[in-house]
Amino acid sequence: MSLERIKIAPEMYEIMPPEYQDLVKNATYGNENRGWKDIGTSKELIEEHSLCAGCPESMAFRYILASLPAPEDTVMVGSTGCTSLVFPHVGIHNIHSLFGNQNAIATGLKRALTVRFPGRIKDVVVLAGDGATVDIGLDMTLQAWFRQEKFTTICFDNELYANTGGQESGLMQKGFVAKMAPVGKTFEKVRLPEIARESGCHYVVNCTVSKPNLIEKVIKNAIHIAREIGPTYLQLYTPCILEIGKNSMEGLQEMRDSEKPTERFAYREYISDQAKELLTEMAAKEKERKAEAKRQLASVKA
Amino acid sequence: MATQSSVGEKNKAGQTITDPWQMMHDAERTPCFFTGSEVIKEALRRANCDIMIAYPITPQSEAAALAGELFAEGFIGDYFRGESEFAVMSQCAGAAFGGARVFTTTAGPGTMRAMENFPMWAGARLPIQMIVTCRGINSPLSIQPDTLEISYLLNTGMLVWHAETAQDFYDWILKGYMVSEEPDVHLPLALCCDGFFVTHTKDMVSLTPADMCLPPYDPYRSPVPCMDMECPPVRMMRDPFIMKSNYISYATHASWQQEVWAAVERSRKHTVRWLDGLIEVENPGAEILLVSSGTAVSQGREAKVLLEEEGIDVGIVKIKSLRPWPGEEIREATKNAKHIIVPEFNVTGWMAREIKATIPNSERVYAGPRVCGGMTLPPEIIAADIKTLLGIKNKALAGRGS
Ligand SMILES: Cc1ncc(C[n+]2csc(CCOP(=O)(O)OP(=O)(O)O)c2C)c(N)n1
Ligand code: SF4
Ligand SMILES: [Mg+2]
Repeated sequence: MSLERIKIAPEMYEIMPPEYQDLVKNATYGNENRGWKDIGTSKELIEEHSLCAGCPESMAFRYILASLPAPEDTVMVGSTGCTSLVFPHVGIHNIHSLFGNQNAIATGLKRALTVRFPGRIKDVVVLAGDGATVDIGLDMTLQAWFRQEKFTTICFDNELYANTGGQESGLMQKGFVAKMAPVGKTFEKVRLPEIARESGCHYVVNCTVSKPNLIEKVIKNAIHIAREIGPTYLQLYTPCILEIGKNSMEGLQEMRDSEKPTERFAYREYISDQAKELLTEMAAKEKERKAEAKRQLASVKA
Repeated sequence: MATQSSVGEKNKAGQTITDPWQMMHDAERTPCFFTGSEVIKEALRRANCDIMIAYPITPQSEAAALAGELFAEGFIGDYFRGESEFAVMSQCAGAAFGGARVFTTTAGPGTMRAMENFPMWAGARLPIQMIVTCRGINSPLSIQPDTLEISYLLNTGMLVWHAETAQDFYDWILKGYMVSEEPDVHLPLALCCDGFFVTHTKDMVSLTPADMCLPPYDPYRSPVPCMDMECPPVRMMRDPFIMKSNYISYATHASWQQEVWAAVERSRKHTVRWLDGLIEVENPGAEILLVSSGTAVSQGREAKVLLEEEGIDVGIVKIKSLRPWPGEEIREATKNAKHIIVPEFNVTGWMAREIKATIPNSERVYAGPRVCGGMTLPPEIIAADIKTLLGIKNKALAGRGS
C-alpha cells in the first residue's frame, strides 16, 4: 500500500493495535514483486484462521492473499461456508452477505467501483465454496460470466458442503457416500470448468493448491485478465480433510494424489485468444521491467 | 469520485446540484399529466443516482424500462437487467457496499423472490431505495393490485413508506434518499404503492425543475465502512461471531439487531420533517375515522363524501410511513373516535392488526372492508359497512330482482 494509503496519525500510533502498526510498517502492499515467497517474511493479510487444523483452505487463503497483484485496491466477496469463517480475519475489505449470491454481489460491487473510480484499478475477487458456486448460486455464477463482468471467481472445491457437515454437492464425485447421498451420489461431478469456458470466461484453471508458485501464477493471471478483458474462473481443490477422514497432516498428500495426470485435478487450463495476447504483452513488460531494474542496479554499482 | 455535497456544482448530466430542502420546498414546480411509471422516471432523473438494476415484472416493468432510458441519456451511472429479483437485490447490495446510490423497482412475486436480501440490506446498513408497486402474490398467478407483500416487508428492518398518489411518489423518492442516507439512519427504504392504481393511471403531478438534482451520495458518511479499500481495514476479529455459541456472540448479534431497529426509530425525526408527519389527518374531531394507507385512503375519501351527503361525519387518517410506525400519532388521532374503519387491499388485514396493536380499546377497530386479488374497493362498499356498523339500514347496492 502503498504506505501512502495507510498511515497512522502519530498521536494515535501507541494506541493502535500492534497488528495495525505492523501492517503499516511491514505490509507488502504496493510491491510489484509481492508473492507467496513473502509469506512468513513480511506482514501477511491473514494471520490466524478458525478452520480445522491442517485444512488446505488455510494454505490456499495464504497463497491467494500473498499473490493479489494490488491488495490495496482489491475487494473480495465471499459466501457462507468454511471460507466465511476466515474472511473476518482478512486484512482487506471483504463482503459476506448471503449464501450463493457472491457473483451477484460482485457484479454490483465492480460496477459501483467502476462508476465511482473511473480510470483507477479496483479489483474484485470472489472466493466461495463449491456449494455456493455450483449449486445454490449457479445461476448467478453463470449469468455474471454471460454478462462478461470483469472480476475473478475462485471456487474452493472440497467436493461437499463442509460447513454444514459433509452433505452431497454438485462437485462431489459420483458414487461418493455422504450425508444426503446415502447410497452414493448418483450423477457425475459437474463440469464447471468446461461450462465456464462455454459461458465466456477468458481464463479457466482447474488444479489443487499443492504448489504455491503455481497458485501465485494463476491468481495473478486471473486477476489481470479479469481487470482488462472479462470474467475468469479458478477451481481449486482444497480437500475437506475432516469429512474425507484424513488427519491434519494429510491434506497436502491428498492434493498431490488428486493432481496426477489421470486424476480429476490434473492441471487443466483454458485461455482465450484475447487473454493469451494480454499475457504475452504482460510477460514482455515484466521482462523489460526486470532488465531495467538490473541496469539500474549495475549503474548504481558502477 | 463525489464524496462531498457540492451544492451549486454541475453533475455529469449537467444538472445543478441543489440543496435538497430548497429543491423540494422552494423551487418552482411545473404541473404535468403523467402516469405513475413516468413519475418514477422523472423523480429518478433528479435523484443523482449511481446505479439502477432492473428486472421485468408487472406492474413495474415500464418504470424499470424508463429508468433505462435515463441511463442512455446519461442521468444514471450504470444500469442493467439482472437475472432474477434475488440476484438483482444482491447486485443492488454489492453496488451499495461499493458506495453507490442505488435504485431498483419490483413487485409481488419479485418482492417475495428477493426476500432473503432485505434483512441483509438492513443489517449491512445499505441505503438502497426499492420501489414496490404492489401486486398479488397468491396462486393461481395474479398480476392485479394487492398489498399483501407489504406485510412481509414490515419486519425486515427496512424503512417502509406507502404512497397514496403519484405526487407522493414523486416527492418521496427524492425525500426517501435524504432520510435513508442520514448517518444515524443509513437503512434501505421500500417505497410502496398500489400497482396499476398508481403506476398505470395518469394524474396531475407538480415536478421540480429538471435541471436540478440531489447532492450525490457520500458513502463516507455511512456508519459502517464502505467496501472500496480507500481506507483499508484492520483485522479486528479473532473469531467470527457465527462460530461461537457463547454469550458474547449472542450479545453481538442481539445488539446489532437492536441497533438496526434503533436506526429505524432514529429515522422518525427525519421522516416527520421531510414528509411533514408520519400521518395526515382530515377532520380529526369525527367519531368515525377511516384509517389506512395507499389508495385505500383515496377510496376512503370518496366514501367520506358519500356519507357526508347523508349527514354522517367522517374523518380520515392517512398513514404515510409504516416503518417507522406512527403509533403515538395514531393513538392521538383516534383518541376520541368511536369507530375506526380500516379499508384494505389484501386478504389478511395486516393494517387493521397493526392499528389494533397500537391503540387502547381496540374493539373500536373494524377490520374492513377488505378486497383482494385485484378487486376494486368501491366507496359505496366502505360507506355501506360504516352504515351497518352504525345500525343504519342500507339500500341494496345493486338490485338482483329478488
Ligand atoms: C439460503 C441458505 N441455505 C442454506 C444455508 C446453509 N449452509 C451454510 S454453508 C452451506 C454449505 C456450504 O458449502 P460450500 O459452498 O461447498 O462451502 P464449504 O463449507 O464446503 O467450504 C450451507 C448449505 C445457508 N446459510 N443459507
Ligand atoms: S470442515 Fe473441512 S473444509 Fe471446513 S475447515 Fe474443516 S477441514 Fe476445512
Ligand atoms: Mg464445499
